[in-house]
Amino acid sequence: MNDILQGMARAARLVVTLDADLVEITALSLQVSLGAAVIASAIGLPLGAWLAINRFPARRVVIAVLNALMGLPPVVVGLIVYVLFSRSGPLGALGLLFTPTVMVIAQVIIITPIVASVSHQAIRELWADYHDLLISLKANRLQRIVTLLWDGRRALMTASLAGFGRGVGEVGAIMIVGGNIDHATRVLTTAIALETGKGAFDMALALGFVLIGLAISVNLALHFLSRTERGSRW
Amino acid sequence: MKFRTIIAAAATAVFATMAQAEEMKMSVTTSFANSGLAEVLLPEIEKDTGITVQLLVVGTGQALKLGAEGDVDAVLVHAKAAEEKWLAEGNGTHRREIMYNDFIFVGPSDDPAGAAKADKATGALQAIAAAQAPFVSRGDDSGTHKMELSLWKAAGIEPQGDWYRAVGQGMGAALNTASGMNAYIMSDRASWLKFANKGDLKLVFEGDPVLFNQYAFLPVNPAKHPHVKNDLANKLEAWLVSDRAKALIDGYMLNGEKLFTFNAKAE
Repeated sequence: MNDILQGMARAARLVVTLDADLVEITALSLQVSLGAAVIASAIGLPLGAWLAINRFPARRVVIAVLNALMGLPPVVVGLIVYVLFSRSGPLGALGLLFTPTVMVIAQVIIITPIVASVSHQAIRELWADYHDLLISLKANRLQRIVTLLWDGRRALMTASLAGFGRGVGEVGAIMIVGGNIDHATRVLTTAIALETGKGAFDMALALGFVLIGLAISVNLALHFLSRTERGSRW
Repeated sequence: MKFRTIIAAAATAVFATMAQAEEMKMSVTTSFANSGLAEVLLPEIEKDTGITVQLLVVGTGQALKLGAEGDVDAVLVHAKAAEEKWLAEGNGTHRREIMYNDFIFVGPSDDPAGAAKADKATGALQAIAAAQAPFVSRGDDSGTHKMELSLWKAAGIEPQGDWYRAVGQGMGAALNTASGMNAYIMSDRASWLKFANKGDLKLVFEGDPVLFNQYAFLPVNPAKHPHVKNDLANKLEAWLVSDRAKALIDGYMLNGEKLFTFNAKAE
């Protein structure tokens, strides 16, 4: 209990004084996980919509697999990405291992199924309402997807934010592919793991509170920017 | 206006990274990084040689693996047998001894097994095994783990049973576990001194020469991995064996204790 209070006090001190190291790792956390969430949304949202409006034989299997992939263990993804991008691996010549770029790649793999799965659920319900209308307007596939994505944007924002949340709190994959290098690839979660290893629980907790604060800020910012939940609108 | 400022800032950031002349990656063991010595040496290395050394802090097993795959330019670890095997496989150019520190045994402050009364490290382990007192092992194929296993072997004991708990994690996590279970554990001295969550644990045994822990620097073989920065690794090695490094390593104190002893030989 005492550790938690000390952690909170320490977090407040770090944030108020804009500690240089804290700013650096927080910025990298944001950069990596927001980047991954944007890319995962670009892939996952259209994929979810496409799955919702198309009927094909293996559809049930594809959706089941997609749902299962939501639970993809980050440490396994990290290991696979590491082996691919290691100098001795097939993509080693790119020299991307232990850079923020490969951290984004690992996180895209982890969160795309979440974005696709959640958006598929949302679009499916919307599609039930819009089905007759869009068919009678003779909208083609692309037009249907675009319409559904636009009208379902609130729910889809939740899908993207769920992906971001999973990314920003994830440690297993980025620890392996990023390497937690000071001033290069250290992010909030790997720094927390490091401080815990030093037995410095107050510092680890302080970083934890900053991480939670960051996740809440990003969510709030997006909701304000997209003007959801205003009194006059539903 | 604002947009222009952002572009300018981004451009500055890009050029700043480009201007950072020389960067190399080195995998090191947790004990070296936990000791705090890295924070003393790295800025001096950058000042004297212009090399920014990026550290990958992992166990010895993984550190050597990263070198074998060509993902780092050099390795700094402490497990002689594993290092020599690694060299024999053609992964590195040579092995240069730099410095040593030592291992200690940590245990509950009332020392139920009486490990403190032993006069040798193997005796302390025999006392712990005889008492079936909880003992936390790294169990992660690290240099520390290998050293622990070799000591058990020398003590003539096959450690197994409820009391012997292999956690498969780094030194810090293992110390946290020992602290939580009030168990015995073998640690390097630096990690123990810096460890903030000691609980009811204290140092129970130290000083046996078999507990000395030799660190060696191993550049990755450029014949196997042409992209590695062998020139930077050699420059770094020259610095690590210099009088300047000797003064910094020998002079590094933690809580008033000297941690590392420089013992690199001139070639």
